[in-house]
Amino acid sequence: MAQVNQGVRETVYPQAAQPLYRTLSQIAISAVTPIAAVLVALACGAALLWLNGFNGSDIVTVMIFGSFQDMRSVGEILLKATPLILIGAGLCVAFRCSIWNIGAEGQLYVGAIAATLVGTNFDGLSVWVHAPLVMLAGALAGAAWAGIAGYLKVRFQASEIVTTIMLNYIALILTSYLVTGPMRDASAAYPQSARLIREAWTPRIVSDMRLHIGILVAIVLAVALYIFLQRSSRGFALRVVGLNPHAARYAGMQVARNVMIAMCISGAMAGLAGAFEVAGVTHRLYQNISPGYGFEGIAVALLAGNNPLAAIVSGGLFATLRSGSEVLQITSQVPQVLVLVIQGIVILSVVAFAKLRDILRIVA
Amino acid sequence: MSQKPFLRIDNIRKRFGPIIASDGVSLEIEEGEIHSLLGENGAGKSVLMSMICGMVRPDEGEIVFKGQSVRFNSPREAIRQRIGMVHQHFMLVPNLTVAENYILGQGSALRVINDMDKVHARIRELSDRYALDVRPDAIIEDLSVGEQQRVEILKVLFHGIDLLILDEPTAVLTPQETDRLLSLMGDLVKDGKTVVFISHKLDEVMRVSNRISVMRDGRVVHTVNVGETNARELARMMVGRDVRMELPRSPEPPGRIVLSVENMTCRAETGLPAVRRVSLDVRAGEIVGIAGVSGNGQTELSLALAGLLPVDSGRVMLNGKDITGLDPARINASSFSHIPEDRHKHGIVVSMSLSENTVLQRYDQKPFASRGMLNRRVIGEHTRDLIKRFRVKSRDENQAIGALSGGNQQKLVVARELARNPDFILVNQLARGIDIGAMEFVMEEMLKQRDSGRAILLISTELEELFAICDRILVMFHGEILGDLPPDRTRLDELGLLMAGQTEQPALAG
Ligand SMILES: Nc1ncnc2c1ncn2[C@@H]1O[C@H](COP(=O)(O)OP(=O)(O)OP(=O)(O)O)[C@@H](O)[C@H]1O
Ligand SMILES: [Mg+2]
Repeated sequence: MAQVNQGVRETVYPQAAQPLYRTLSQIAISAVTPIAAVLVALACGAALLWLNGFNGSDIVTVMIFGSFQDMRSVGEILLKATPLILIGAGLCVAFRCSIWNIGAEGQLYVGAIAATLVGTNFDGLSVWVHAPLVMLAGALAGAAWAGIAGYLKVRFQASEIVTTIMLNYIALILTSYLVTGPMRDASAAYPQSARLIREAWTPRIVSDMRLHIGILVAIVLAVALYIFLQRSSRGFALRVVGLNPHAARYAGMQVARNVMIAMCISGAMAGLAGAFEVAGVTHRLYQNISPGYGFEGIAVALLAGNNPLAAIVSGGLFATLRSGSEVLQITSQVPQVLVLVIQGIVILSVVAFAKLRDILRIVA
Repeated sequence: MSQKPFLRIDNIRKRFGPIIASDGVSLEIEEGEIHSLLGENGAGKSVLMSMICGMVRPDEGEIVFKGQSVRFNSPREAIRQRIGMVHQHFMLVPNLTVAENYILGQGSALRVINDMDKVHARIRELSDRYALDVRPDAIIEDLSVGEQQRVEILKVLFHGIDLLILDEPTAVLTPQETDRLLSLMGDLVKDGKTVVFISHKLDEVMRVSNRISVMRDGRVVHTVNVGETNARELARMMVGRDVRMELPRSPEPPGRIVLSVENMTCRAETGLPAVRRVSLDVRAGEIVGIAGVSGNGQTELSLALAGLLPVDSGRVMLNGKDITGLDPARINASSFSHIPEDRHKHGIVVSMSLSENTVLQRYDQKPFASRGMLNRRVIGEHTRDLIKRFRVKSRDENQAIGALSGGNQQKLVVARELARNPDFILVNQLARGIDIGAMEFVMEEMLKQRDSGRAILLISTELEELFAICDRILVMFHGEILGDLPPDRTRLDELGLLMAGQTEQPALAG
């Protein structure tokens, strides 16, 4: 993953600042390549279904159009897109700083725990106070959880790949412990926490749909992170640290501090995603509140070329595929393993298309 | 003159967006010759050679090698046709060993790993044959630039080539290392190989070449036999005017002490002692040079001064303030500029734009930033100004600096460091990769800085560079300062002896 050779002149330099028209064409390329990647993956998936005796063309109709039947299904896609965009955009920041945070899943869980604690207590606050407080709690907890790995990296040079994965396990087991033990709702048969106080719930956009304002928060934050990376002094330092830590040190940048910041931003985004799952969707904490959003978020960021703005598009795409594969399972009886294979193909073609995007950028 | 040249380049064109790097260039190389290529920074030398060795694909034109039209899609294909190139910027993976670097991307890794002993043996054999001093199990990161250079050359020889292209190999070498390289080139030719040699140093070119071609604006404008020309004429062909090799200097006496180093000791990253009790002063309006064969502690001395390497003992004072052990941010803020030795490691971020690279240190300071946001308009204007003043050949300020020719990258680094208005300027290799026209310009700029009262410490392995602008020259050997001489060419022998560590009197800084 590290950029091995700094000296190759034929390499393309996509991260350089650009005038507006070039920025726009690059964003267009960033947005088009994920779509192309998905199309290729779908074609492969169709072939795979056909080989297994299913109707291959189903995959397109079901996975893409099947998901967009009505407003409600679109709402469901956006609901799934919310954590993916949040986590994906956050990971873009970490990856740009060359921090390989694999721990978004754990950070999400810790965020969910914190959100549950705040959301089940403090009765009597208004929704204007309580709902944001829950989000804040989730974000802070996620940031702190990621901060542990960040601290271990800057203090002891411990690989964040290893520590964040280990922290994932700790967070998952901690959640199990809490919902089966101290935080368990004694009246329920199934291990779950008490229900969040109404005022702590994330407000919905339309009252009869599950979609909540988290999607708007996610989009706003993704845009904000894009501006942060490209336009702010701190974002600049993060990018320099990520591209060439030696030059960063030469220039007087605090490498350790920037690593911590990048780590905590990505953790906060994942923690916030966890808070939204609890406060916006389930309203209770469960053992398996996330179907792997933290890991899928890595693919979202990669597909977006580590550009938070493009993460909005790629997050939406992954959400569409996720809904689509659910529909596919129900309507066509395609086994879930096959659906997982198709998702795997998507990620592989992402990698291939990321390369293609770099080539396109020379032309642009 | 043979009817069929060894290598014929015919009317090649190559554009990078709006930039025309090769504008219908034609060139013939004959078998067994050393053919030198000269030209200003950005004239298109590296691009042309990269096309011959398969790194870059030409848009138009033909390359005929040994009578056959060739078109390479990768350097590997070129190597298979026995064409190899050592690039201006090294292409080694830093955390692998020499041997591992050599077999990288060479077919089945498993097969190769089985043969690792053979690989080591072959490296040792070649290294002995050409006296290259390369250990197959050395980690690239631990090697000096000069050593890495030899590793690169040996890499190409390892794969077996008939045509060797050397892109500014001597830019990073000491005079001794250069001598070795030039005689190596002679040996290679004796072994039946052909060499294309790119350099900005006319004396070297005059010494080794059979023929010399001069490039300008993406074209070969002259090809001459070495016997029919001289350095002065070559310079004129390149730059289009006479270049002054001696610069006038005002005889102002130096002022107060700006930088003072007392008994500084520090170790290299490997933990071995590198700088031993060095003491020196640099005064305002003075350029102090440090000569020496590379690897004698100069790298560590400059890194330690810049706060990039811990100081074990001793003191560094800047403007009367103790800056020993401060972090680079604080040192930078104390009116300290640094033109680093390793441009690609410390000096620039290759994939970032010229604009971003010009504010590497000042990205969070007014007027380049306000309220935490980059002020892109001001940064752009500032960068355009530097590009113009230092004649950095580039498309615009938004271009990635890695796409610039090597000399132009260096010009931007020099421009950035001088623009920070420092009291003290630490320079480690000033003119690395800069063409003679630009060198004259950069040296003039340094002298202007000196005359306006700045203190400059110039570490260099180029005696020419030191003689041209220094007020006095110190010699560094085995981490110690051995002598303090005026820049007097008549004392060249004495300097050479000191650089080899031979001294009658006890070390001055002892
Ligand atoms: N990958 C690239 N993308 C864009 N422009 C490039 C690229 N490579 C080279 N150029 C441009 O082509 C021109 C010729 O560059 P080249 O590196 O061949 O110069 P050079 O003669 O080797 O100069 P120097 O002496 O400084 O090494 C330069 O203007 C350079 O900016
Ligand atoms: Mg060059």
